[in-house]
Amino acid sequence: MEDLSLHILDVVENSVAAGASKVEILIDENISENLLVIEIKDDGRGMSEEILKKVLDPFYTTRTTRRVGMGLSLLAQASEESNGEFNIDSKVGEGTKVKATFQYDHIDRKPMGDLKSTFIALLTSYPEINFVYIHKDAEGTDILDSNDL
Amino acid sequence: MAKLSIADLEEIRNKVRKTTLLREGSSNAKITVHMGTCGIAAGARTIMNTVIKIVEESKREDIIVTTTGCAGFCSKEPMATVELKGQPPVKYMSLTEEKIKKIFEEHVMNGNIVAEYALAIGNEREP
Repeated sequence: MEDLSLHILDVVENSVAAGASKVEILIDENISENLLVIEIKDDGRGMSEEILKKVLDPFYTTRTTRRVGMGLSLLAQASEESNGEFNIDSKVGEGTKVKATFQYDHIDRKPMGDLKSTFIALLTSYPEINFVYIHKDAEGTDILDSNDL
Repeated sequence: MAKLSIADLEEIRNKVRKTTLLREGSSNAKITVHMGTCGIAAGARTIMNTVIKIVEESKREDIIVTTTGCAGFCSKEPMATVELKGQPPVKYMSLTEEKIKKIFEEHVMNGNIVAEYALAIGNEREP
């Protein structure tokens, strides 16, 4: 993946595959603490603890068309390469939250890339899903809710 | 880094409205862009956005644009499947903006399969 907006698109596809009806995408640019946070939260079917332990293993996937699953492993790698942390919480029947942090000014921190293209692709592909985009920075918080479009 | 601007939101809203309206009518063609991790890494988002744009420009109101996951041919990504009403789906591989434009023109608009870009005809194994 060349940039973070592609990782976001990719991880949100997991939420869609998990049957989510609402997906929240939070981008928090906390420059005073030199931190970039990306959080993707869905109300999909969630995962058991047993599966959760395996999701960062690239040789684990729920798909049957191929035997490796790279999406979350790639985001975790992108985060760890830029001195960040990757976390995933999930409960069966409640949903999943993926959180990746990055050292904002790290030389290896990928650029955000084209968020607009990511949202056009998501919103036109899944009009039935409620996407909420929350972008915080020093100037304030912007929110885009697909239900308001 | 740039947040989405008001103009961006406007553009997103217009695109979403147009494609969502399409789904409510009857369709004669369906274009499915493969957006698994492999597809996205290989450039599927550009293909998706190009498809949305050319469908919009064609003013055709009977074409559905949608996405799917990995078809199991990761090395052939970006891929898209074109399905005309009453005909088996055709999978196209190693796409670029130019290739998908040609496929749209020849296959979707004129009904002629672009054999040189096609990988297969028919469905992949259901997951």
